[in-house]
Formats: sequence, structure tokens, C-alpha cells
Amino acid sequence: MTHATSMGLDSRKLAFWTFIGSECLLFGSLISTYLVYKGQSVVGPYPHEILNIPVTSLSTFDLLASSLWMVLALAAVQRGDMKWAKIWLLGVAIGGLIFLGFQVYEFTSFVHEGLTLQRNLFGASFFLLTGTHGAHVAVGVIWMLTLWVQALRGRLGPQNAITVEIAGLYWHFVDVVWIIIFTLVYLLQ
Amino acid sequence: MESATHTEGSGHPTAGTYLRVFAVLFVITVVEVGVFYVPAFKPLLAPVLLTLSAAKFALVVMFYMHLKQDSKFFTFVFGGPLLLASAVMIGLLFLFGVFVLGG
Repeated sequence: MTHATSMGLDSRKLAFWTFIGSECLLFGSLISTYLVYKGQSVVGPYPHEILNIPVTSLSTFDLLASSLWMVLALAAVQRGDMKWAKIWLLGVAIGGLIFLGFQVYEFTSFVHEGLTLQRNLFGASFFLLTGTHGAHVAVGVIWMLTLWVQALRGRLGPQNAITVEIAGLYWHFVDVVWIIIFTLVYLLQ
Repeated sequence: MESATHTEGSGHPTAGTYLRVFAVLFVITVVEVGVFYVPAFKPLLAPVLLTLSAAKFALVVMFYMHLKQDSKFFTFVFGGPLLLASAVMIGLLFLFGVFVLGG
């Protein structure tokens, strides 16, 4: 079932791209806030003392891999291969959960080292930015699990591949936001 | 102008293309982390990392989000706010003295 507009485009997809455009402005403002306050903290811990590049690199590879599994899930749904679609969709959800696990570990260790939301400008802007991203990942995980359950119940197939494609747009957007955060926050300290 | 059928996936890349894109993304990320640990790259770290990050961003958006194959209108709907967000970000960095003109 298509929802074509007068331009011949699927209206749900157009609406979702518009939403992603608005998300660019949200994350743009959060990243700007982090960069503006970077180096302005008057008490520690400071980024170079606390950021754990090896652990964050692992979570970055995990999120990249989950993006691959997402497109493979979409390809499987489009060709009607629901066995592999279920496997890849579950893989994406698990990949997202692993990423969230890394984030919980990171946040917990930072709090133990004295960095909290109230501690300094770095803590406030760092937790706000990465926490907002993590919340987006959590929403994505719930979305993927919902699609997986739909697939298990036989309610997902090539006829509604667009729903998987739109979920994929969301997941890949979360991935590209992390690509920017990983570079600007973690690698360019 | 593209049909609704086309935007629903008929023109999407193959699994092989997706795997090749992932391999490139993986290698770029390894290089990013690698240059971070090489002291010789310190003076060039910012331009190198920003270029690599932009390349990864473009690859995901073009191939995984299908903007390369889909209607150019989607590129406009995404690219407009992205440019606006970038302009606001650069403006704020100048406004708050992170970037200084002629400095």
C-alpha cells in the first residue's frame, strides 16, 4: 500500500526525512553547546583525564555493524526472506543494547571518578549530548524489537517493507550522529 | 521525478554493496583511532579526523539511507536543515570566541 503525494513520493518517507531534518537542528545545538563550553570548566575532571577511547571505539564499531545489519534486514524483507529479516532485526536490537551497555558502563565509571551533570561545564554538556543520543538509541531498540515481534507474528513482509525502511532511516541517522560525536567529543579532545 | 514504487526500494543497492561500504567504514574508523594515538599526526589531527568523519557520514547517508538512489527532494529536505545546523554551529563558535576571525 503506497501513500504517494502529488510529487510521486511516499508521504511517510517524506515526513520522516523532514523529522530527521529537525533532528539535525537538535543535535547541532547540543554539539554546539558542548564545543562552546569545551575548555571552560574551572574544576576537573577534564575530558583528556577521563574519556576512554578504547572502550568508546568498541561501541562505535558495534553501532557501525548494527547499521550494516539494518540494511541487510531491509534487503531481506524486500525480497521476502523473513527468516533472515528476523535474524538481522534482532541483531540490530542486540547491537543497540550492547551500545547502551557500553554507555551505562561509561557513565557509571565517570560518576565514580567524580564527573556528574552538576560537577562542571564539561559534565553538563557531555552528559546532555551523549545522553540525548543514548535516548535515541533506546527508542531505536524498542522500534527494532517491535518490528521483530511483528515479523515473528507474520505481520511483516515485502508489502510493508517501507515500515522497515523508515525504521532504518532512524537507525542510520542515530549512527551518523554518533560518527560526529565520536570525532568531535572523543578524538578531538 | 520518481515513482512511489521506486522510492520503496526497487533501486536500492545489493547486499554486496552494503558489505563493501561497511568494510570502508570499518577501515576509516580504524584509521581515525590509529591517528589519534600517533603523536606525529598531532598538528594535522583536526583536519584529518574531520575529513574522515565527513567521509563516513556521506557513505552512510548515500548508501545506507539510500539518498544516492532516492528522489533528490529527500536530499533537499535533509540537506537544508543540515546546512542550517552547520551554519548555526559555526556562528555560535564565532560568537562565543571558539573561532576568532584573523586570529
